[in-house]
Amino acid sequence: MDLALSEEQEMLKKMARDFLTDKFPKTVVKEIEESELGYSPESWREMAELGWMGLALPEKYGGGDMSFLDLAVLLEEMGRACLPGPYFSTVVLGGLTILDAGSEEQKQEYLPKIASGETIFTLALTEFSARYDAAAIETKATTDKDAYILNGTKLFVPDAHVADYMLVVARTDEKSKGEEGITIFIVDAKSPGISYTVLKTIANDKLCEVVFDQVKVPKENVLGQLNQGWSEVQKIIQRTAVAKCCEMVGCIQQALDMTVDYAKERKQYDRPIGSFQVIQHYCADMVTDVDGTRLSTYQAAWMLSEGLSCTQEVAIAKAWAGEACQRVMALAHQIHGAIGVTIDHDLQYYTRRAKAAEVSFGDANFYREIVAQEMRL
Amino acid sequence: MDFRLSEEQEKFRQEVRDFLEGEIKQGLWQPSCDAWIMGHDPEFTKRVSQRGWIGLTWPKEYGGQGRSFVDRLILTEEMLRYGAPAACHWFADRQIGGAIVHYGTEEQRKELLPKILKGEAYVGLGMSEPDAGSDLASLKTKAVGDGDYYVIDGQKTWTSGGSRMNWIYLVARTDPDAPKHRGISEFIIDASLPGIAVQPIVDITGGVHFNEVFFENVRIPKKCLIGEENRGFYQVLNQLDYERSGMERLMANYPLFKALIQYTKETKRNGKPLSEEPVIRSKLAQLKIELEIGRLHMYRVAVVMDEGRAPNWESSMSKAYGTAFEQRLANTAIEILGLYGQLSPQSKWVPVQGMAYHSYLSSKGYSLQAGTSEILKNILALRKLGLPTG
Ligand SMILES: Cc1cc2nc3c(=O)[nH]c(=O)nc-3n(C[C@H](O)[C@H](O)[C@H](O)COP(=O)(O)OP(=O)(O)OC[C@H]3O[C@@H](n4cnc5c(N)ncnc54)[C@H](O)[C@@H]3O)c2cc1C
Repeated sequence: MDLALSEEQEMLKKMARDFLTDKFPKTVVKEIEESELGYSPESWREMAELGWMGLALPEKYGGGDMSFLDLAVLLEEMGRACLPGPYFSTVVLGGLTILDAGSEEQKQEYLPKIASGETIFTLALTEFSARYDAAAIETKATTDKDAYILNGTKLFVPDAHVADYMLVVARTDEKSKGEEGITIFIVDAKSPGISYTVLKTIANDKLCEVVFDQVKVPKENVLGQLNQGWSEVQKIIQRTAVAKCCEMVGCIQQALDMTVDYAKERKQYDRPIGSFQVIQHYCADMVTDVDGTRLSTYQAAWMLSEGLSCTQEVAIAKAWAGEACQRVMALAHQIHGAIGVTIDHDLQYYTRRAKAAEVSFGDANFYREIVAQEMRL
Repeated sequence: MDFRLSEEQEKFRQEVRDFLEGEIKQGLWQPSCDAWIMGHDPEFTKRVSQRGWIGLTWPKEYGGQGRSFVDRLILTEEMLRYGAPAACHWFADRQIGGAIVHYGTEEQRKELLPKILKGEAYVGLGMSEPDAGSDLASLKTKAVGDGDYYVIDGQKTWTSGGSRMNWIYLVARTDPDAPKHRGISEFIIDASLPGIAVQPIVDITGGVHFNEVFFENVRIPKKCLIGEENRGFYQVLNQLDYERSGMERLMANYPLFKALIQYTKETKRNGKPLSEEPVIRSKLAQLKIELEIGRLHMYRVAVVMDEGRAPNWESSMSKAYGTAFEQRLANTAIEILGLYGQLSPQSKWVPVQGMAYHSYLSSKGYSLQAGTSEILKNILALRKLGLPTG
């Protein structure tokens, strides 16, 4: 057993930390959050030049030939930096899905453009029920000669307003309500009939409502197998949940570090508040939660990376991370006192993101059910 | 033993409910979370005052109603249940009036109490400073005697409602040479005096609620001193017991609880209302259990006050308990709302008017303001349980 990062991963981590610290101080994060675009095209290009978009893509598609585990390291740093923008959407939701399910032709067409930073991708999965089950998919795709026509509404689609392409999960067999008859499409996000509304969210990320009204999609844009898309969707959810966990590790690690620093600095009753035993125990609880999240997250990321089956490990990681984040942020606030509940303090960026991450791609109840199934209950 | 309220008290509760429901029906305001501290509505406060519902517990000779603290709790409980905008008078009614009755001179009572009763005293609490939070006694803002005046210099922070206040209840150092607890005095001053500057602080919800208040060479008449010079800290401790005592530490987000229950009845999953799902039922029922336990704590505090004791460890217990409950309520609400829970009040598709979002962020401060939960538990451990100090 070896729980350490490789030398290469340590280097990647350090490079990412330096770059993100330099480019994304919280003043910049705030500006980007408040902007309509929700990302900085300039930094986007720089990240592409660093090879981050294609990090986990094969070299033949312009990628860096690194693994999902390597990507995990980078995502952790992005969580730590509260990086705003469509990196996650493009790389995790878009790129890795096409790599996994795309035809050779599709890979050749889309992956190099993702790796170069040329295109932005996202995934349109959830609908009004806001659930991650097959029954939730009501958006319809009906055939029309050599095309499909999409109709329906997707909710909570990240970065749809700036995306070039969307992977859209739709029902191609009207008779079925379950896992059968679901297909994933690669859709040009600027197609006629698509409209967006950016929702206002706690993380100030750009989650959108996307309405498809008679949207025409060429037949060759089916990703993976017709009517058999749900198993790929499950893989997407699994992969994305782990990727979210990586960001969450970064998020709570940073909240912990800030809090411990503050507990050493802040004095009340003529002593650092970190010398009060209750504060020490809080910090001890926090670091235990952070480490539990880190270990379970990296275990799942490693297994995914190795191509091992890891349904239970992923479920454990995300169920744990969601709630651990809440506990860590609650204690971080408690220790920071009033200064931490101001908008000008960095802590609130983490508080807001931790909440969004908790509910995205399956909350603890969702994954507890999966664990229960794994236990054969 | 008798856990019942009297018939008059039940009638009083009904009267308050009728009043509040009537107000809502007329469209005068909408129920909201945190309305006791953020809902500033001078007209509402006037109407409450006209009913004699400010100063309910004060002696009749000072214009109060001489009623019990349990009566006041019934009143405030209903205000919170309906999310009524009572922020203009809440602080003055809760603690400042009582402090004046208790520690003030006859002249101060005659001058100040009628203004509170009329709902015209919007008081900001000027206690905390950047370096004096939990350790309030280390405060540095000074009040230096100069003939018939004191001259105030220094800074307060986190002053709730500071941008609306017309009075400041100020705690300042009057004897720099005495041990820190013994050189502090309390004042009530006019917030519009020259030399006072209020700077709003945007809080984590994005709202403006608390403020920095700067004092530069502010001259206040000596008659602003409340109680004994240099004994202020002991008066403050007593006042804090009252500040912590109320139902606002349990039910500030009651409108969210109500809306959440309604939401689970109206929202269907797989053809069935959420409220029929065992997991959701269990979660909502647990909140209800926790709320009812909290109410018992709160009523106990009021009974203690009616017995003529300051509710010291009792209000520490109820406040720490109640604020933790409110944080769980916000978390459970978002859990039930799922992805929708992250939508802000201004967003399309936001459920329960965004109250879950607001409460989640806002409740982070509940366990800090008016004494952090750690300080409150220290009080419990020392004063209630008699544990030794370190
Ligand atoms: C929403 C809000 C509204 C407020 N409104 C007002 C107001 O109107 N007027 C006003 O004067 N103030 C107000 N305050 C300030 C409030 O009273 C202080 O936040 C509180 O006293 C804590 O002080 P602090 O924030 O400086 O934290 P600190 O005192 O620095 O505490 C930081 C951490 O150390 C812990 N700690 C400190 N001492 C000890 C100890 N001895 N043992 C164990 N743990 C300890 C605390 O519990 C906390 O976890 C408000 C605060 C908030 C959040």
